[in-house]
Amino acid sequence: MKDLVTGLISLIEILQFPLGIVITPLILRHKEYTRWVWVAGAAAGGALAYLGHTAAPIGGIFLLMVVWFYLLNPFSLLQNRKAVLGIVILTMFIVVAVFADQIAPYDPQQMGTGAPHGPPTWEDQRGNMHIFGTGRTGKDIFSQTVVGARTSLAVGFGAGTIIITLCIIIGITAGYVGGFVDEALSLFTNIFLIIPGLPLIIVVAGWVSRPGPTTIVLVLSFTSWAWGARVLRSQTLVLRNSEFVAAARVSGESTWRIVLFEILPNMTSLVVSSWIGAVVFVILTEATLAYIGLGNPSATSWGGTLYWARNDQALITHAWWTFVPPGACIALVGLSLTLINYGIDEITNPRLRTEGAKAK
Amino acid sequence: MRFLIRRFLFYLAAGFFAITVNFFLPRMMVGDPVQIMFGRFQGRLDPRAYDALRAAFGFVEGESTWEQYVTYLTNLSQGDLGMSLSNFPVPVSEVISASLMWTIRLIGLATIMAFVIGIGLGILAAWKRGKFIDNFVLPVASILGAFPYFWIAMLALYYLAFTAGWFPITHAYDVAIRPDWSSNKFVLSVVYHALLPMATIVLTAFGGWMLGMRNNMIGVLAEDYIVMAQAKGLSDWRVMLVYAARNAILPSLTGFAMALGFVIGGALVVEIVFAYPGIGYTLLNAVNGRDYPLMQGIFLMITLAVLVANFIADVIYVLLDPRAR
Repeated sequence: MKDLVTGLISLIEILQFPLGIVITPLILRHKEYTRWVWVAGAAAGGALAYLGHTAAPIGGIFLLMVVWFYLLNPFSLLQNRKAVLGIVILTMFIVVAVFADQIAPYDPQQMGTGAPHGPPTWEDQRGNMHIFGTGRTGKDIFSQTVVGARTSLAVGFGAGTIIITLCIIIGITAGYVGGFVDEALSLFTNIFLIIPGLPLIIVVAGWVSRPGPTTIVLVLSFTSWAWGARVLRSQTLVLRNSEFVAAARVSGESTWRIVLFEILPNMTSLVVSSWIGAVVFVILTEATLAYIGLGNPSATSWGGTLYWARNDQALITHAWWTFVPPGACIALVGLSLTLINYGIDEITNPRLRTEGAKAK
Repeated sequence: MRFLIRRFLFYLAAGFFAITVNFFLPRMMVGDPVQIMFGRFQGRLDPRAYDALRAAFGFVEGESTWEQYVTYLTNLSQGDLGMSLSNFPVPVSEVISASLMWTIRLIGLATIMAFVIGIGLGILAAWKRGKFIDNFVLPVASILGAFPYFWIAMLALYYLAFTAGWFPITHAYDVAIRPDWSSNKFVLSVVYHALLPMATIVLTAFGGWMLGMRNNMIGVLAEDYIVMAQAKGLSDWRVMLVYAARNAILPSLTGFAMALGFVIGGALVVEIVFAYPGIGYTLLNAVNGRDYPLMQGIFLMITLAVLVANFIADVIYVLLDPRAR
């Protein structure tokens, strides 16, 4: 029985990427399913983040595919140069995260695979390859960077998904119900907005001794939803007063139906861009927390590698290879998601478009 | 005025919320927080600290949570944030006030600089759509905003300070000089040490303001009164600054609230990288030393500072926008 489960999981691990690429667009072609696949993708991404790091990047695949097809015209994003660049970079990282075990030449936490703070080399004296060099205890930085992609993407997409779910619930409730509920929720949202996020997160994470990725996901989720909730609330207010919602109301549709089928689908682009914004925020914050030592130091993550670089005085020993690659990866992932967001922004808000006729 | 009073009440509520979070956070942990803290110090803690801790956190035996809460509020209102564990028996408020001025100078100045530069470039980017600033500076600046602050700081520190040797590597002034604000040598040393951290904060923070301002400007530039102003033959500068920018800046000012907390979070980490003796660096030491009273005290201080800064932004908003009066 146990073998069966392990076998199944490894099968999913191998197949998830090709399946995600092939199946998602196929389902999304049927317009009436779009919104359900969207919800399912979000839920799957969040759930898989907990099942294990290996399966988590599938959340990223869903995100990518949904972004790709969300406008029902699959090629609109492809005609936006910024979005294409972002999608290419993000896809690269997702592939690396999914196949991390196959790509990484060493166990990322294995000490003594090379000389202490050994520089990048194709082949050291012992015939070992360290293309990103080694840390002070001889851990292979390239392996850490590859496996760290998994942690970052898993935490990013996991917490991003929870955050956007909270945003949708709180934002739409406040905007649609209105009255006292709106007043109370808005006050709550504004308070969370104004309290500086990082110090609050540091204090909460500080109380949890050596928080693992799951704890970090939860802490980040429950402190970072305010911005998206505010944006979605104001959009709900606009939509609630529109004519098609009024028409749905007089034709006797239930509140649930109006919210799920009239309002939510009309906010898709806003929801997706808030989601991407949340993922960027979470990835940066997770790295920051790990960097200042508020993570599990024995877990492999980009912020963790940077933490050890600082702790091991990598700056003084001029071991630049210990802190340039992981930081560059965080920056590249942040960049790719930001580019995708710009693409969405330019497509949905034609006034901001700079590429003019080419983007049409 | 009504607007300001309403905002003031809101900040009061936010401050109260932060204080309450601070009070309940240790109580949501499994077990007795004082014991947890003590356990982590493995007996290396002064026994006197134990009683001080109980008193400061309001963990007095036999009192209900409500009574403890009242005790905690009373302590707070007297500026008593408890004792720092890693610097026992120095009170938390003293540790914070020693580092607070460094942070306010560094981060306050950097934030204002980032705001001014960002708004200025945003105005220009919108005015000259599709030109150099719009096509090159704006994307680069926004991309920098998506980078991890502390990594940019690390790179700057490594390449400009360690390798090139142009900037000092740690601390806020040359330790060889006696700290004395009336001596020019000391002041120059302080400025010299602040240059690189400040530049990193400005570099990573101005992109957000710039993008926001540009998009507001583009909206405002499409208004009829802009065309009218140009038709009247007013100079470009006058139309751009007095007609367009003055209206476009309002959303940026209200957005100040949201961005400030974010900028401060990033700036704290920049302090850590540069070992700049401000609040961020103190926070790092508190985290590493598991100094919970200090950690929570810093969180409260930062929150209060953000609330005050926001209230100032509101006052400026009222001065700029007659509709709010």
